[in-house]
Amino acid sequence: MIKFILKRLGLALLVALTVSAISFSLLFMSGDPAAAIAGETASGEDIEAIRRIYGFDRPVLVQYWEWLLGALQGNFGESYYFKLPVADLIAERLSITMTLGVCGITFALVTAVPLGVAAAMRPNSLIDRAALLLSVMGQAMPSFWFGLILIVIFSIQLGLLPPSGSSTPIHFIMPTIVLGYYAMPAIMRLTRAGMLEVLSSDYIRTARAKGASEVRVMFRHALRNAIIPVVSLAAVQMGFMLGGSIVVESIFALHGAGYLAWESIGRNDLPTVQALILVFSGFYIVFTFLADVLNAWLDPRMRTA
Amino acid sequence: MTETRDPILSVRNLTLDIPVGGGTLHAVRGIDFDLARGETLCIVGESGSGKSLTSLAIMGLLAPRIERRADRLEFDGVDLLKAGPRKMRSLRGNRMSMIFQEPMTSLNPAYTIGDQLTEALLLHRNVGKKAARDRAVELLEKVGITAAASRLGQFPHQLSGGLRQRVMIAMALMCEPELIIADEPTTALDVTIQAQILRLLVDLQREMNVAMILITHDLGVVARVADKVAVMYAGELVETGPAGAVFGQPTHPYTRGLLRCIPVPGKTERGAELGTIPGIVPSLVGDVSGCPFRTRCEEAVAACRGAIPLRHRSDDAHAFRCVHETGMATAEVSA
Repeated sequence: MIKFILKRLGLALLVALTVSAISFSLLFMSGDPAAAIAGETASGEDIEAIRRIYGFDRPVLVQYWEWLLGALQGNFGESYYFKLPVADLIAERLSITMTLGVCGITFALVTAVPLGVAAAMRPNSLIDRAALLLSVMGQAMPSFWFGLILIVIFSIQLGLLPPSGSSTPIHFIMPTIVLGYYAMPAIMRLTRAGMLEVLSSDYIRTARAKGASEVRVMFRHALRNAIIPVVSLAAVQMGFMLGGSIVVESIFALHGAGYLAWESIGRNDLPTVQALILVFSGFYIVFTFLADVLNAWLDPRMRTA
Repeated sequence: MTETRDPILSVRNLTLDIPVGGGTLHAVRGIDFDLARGETLCIVGESGSGKSLTSLAIMGLLAPRIERRADRLEFDGVDLLKAGPRKMRSLRGNRMSMIFQEPMTSLNPAYTIGDQLTEALLLHRNVGKKAARDRAVELLEKVGITAAASRLGQFPHQLSGGLRQRVMIAMALMCEPELIIADEPTTALDVTIQAQILRLLVDLQREMNVAMILITHDLGVVARVADKVAVMYAGELVETGPAGAVFGQPTHPYTRGLLRCIPVPGKTERGAELGTIPGIVPSLVGDVSGCPFRTRCEEAVAACRGAIPLRHRSDDAHAFRCVHETGMATAEVSA
């Protein structure tokens, strides 16, 4: 198990290094960074001066090395737009994004997994059909539309929940539902499919032949095997929520990291974008790694992989 | 069919119907048998004849859509027809246990051998974990597994098929059951391992004096281990009786056909053609009446479409279902 974890950790670091190289090269792919900083009205000499000040005239590899060393120490340079350290900027926004992401995935999991299990226990029953309807709706409704509908009902008509902002926990209720409901259908369907497959397997019959109760059969014998693909999916969705919840953050005016990324792209604020890409992919890498470890714990056959 | 004194398991007129697209599949029809403590009953028949369904019906493990009916289904005085899920759970794995055909897939890949072995004991008996593990080690040794204590921490995928089936046998014995149902326990194993596992099973059955139903399609196995034989064809028991009687005087045309398919050392000549039974098993969907074997039977007559009487050979325990008094049309004519 320890060997497996070390191996996965090494792989994760390699992926992180690759991602860092790609995100660094973005700086040069989107045109001359010096010209972007100098602005449209700057003269050629100004641009040259900026190029020297920011060090863009040095070899690319040297720049990458310095940037990487800085990034490892939490120094991502200075935002072109805010003239503030990017690290501080992101740290401030990340707490909102992480709160939203954790709440969102938790909401998705606690609704999707029990619903998927219930649906698999009685295929084609009323609860199975209801779960299907709910998941089709979640899949079909765009987040921005669902978010606006919630605001209309709960904020404007009923006046129960605040429509925007992030100052209290209550502010996170609607964004959590919108974000979680978006991830819920896939988790639910995968749980249901996994349970149906596992429940028809021979070792479930063995468990019943031992006199295990239905609850024990479902949760101890079946769910542990059925949940394995769900763990991998949830890890990817968690990464998605932490990096890509731009729509939800915009609707509810939660100024999180996703919103910052969206703004920074518009402002050509490359150090911020670079750092955000690195942070977002870092989330994916961390969650994929955790999912691998969790799956290896759930299924001993994976430990040798 | 055969009355046994003080049976541990008594089955009368067991019938299993499965609703399918085009009507009802009459998978098992009117099965009777008794089984005493320490006895081995072999149910023989080809794939799809209803052997496994019969065993699952006794264990109460049938899929919910299958309808089970019987005049009597009693296990040591307990009416299994009336037993609720809770009562059945308290019997399963405790007083009656089952060994399945596929050792590769019948163990849960997520749990250790130790966890799975001790589960039934911990569920049914008021024992601690330590005592349960000791019992598991004891039984693993009994089924011939070396380094038993270290196996408890292993996972199923780390064991070979033969070892897994030994684990399955040990698992079935954990609570010292009074009835073991082994559903083709050696079919999925290599031929060299088959004999070992079978010998082990039979030795343990004798040692523990437990009643066993052994389901198989291997007549060689039956001849070696059975006290009683029940020959099953298309959902019916066509011939039942003590093993010696059924093998010595096979009476039903299907039983005789089956035995002709087996080469006998010293008797069957080299190069001689082995017997086969032509034709295919009839569909059991819709109305099923008359003898199910009549379409493949050499002795078939018009009366085979009607009700088939249950007949007894001289030995009262040896019974068969056929329109012909001796199972043979020619004999009936001469009689």
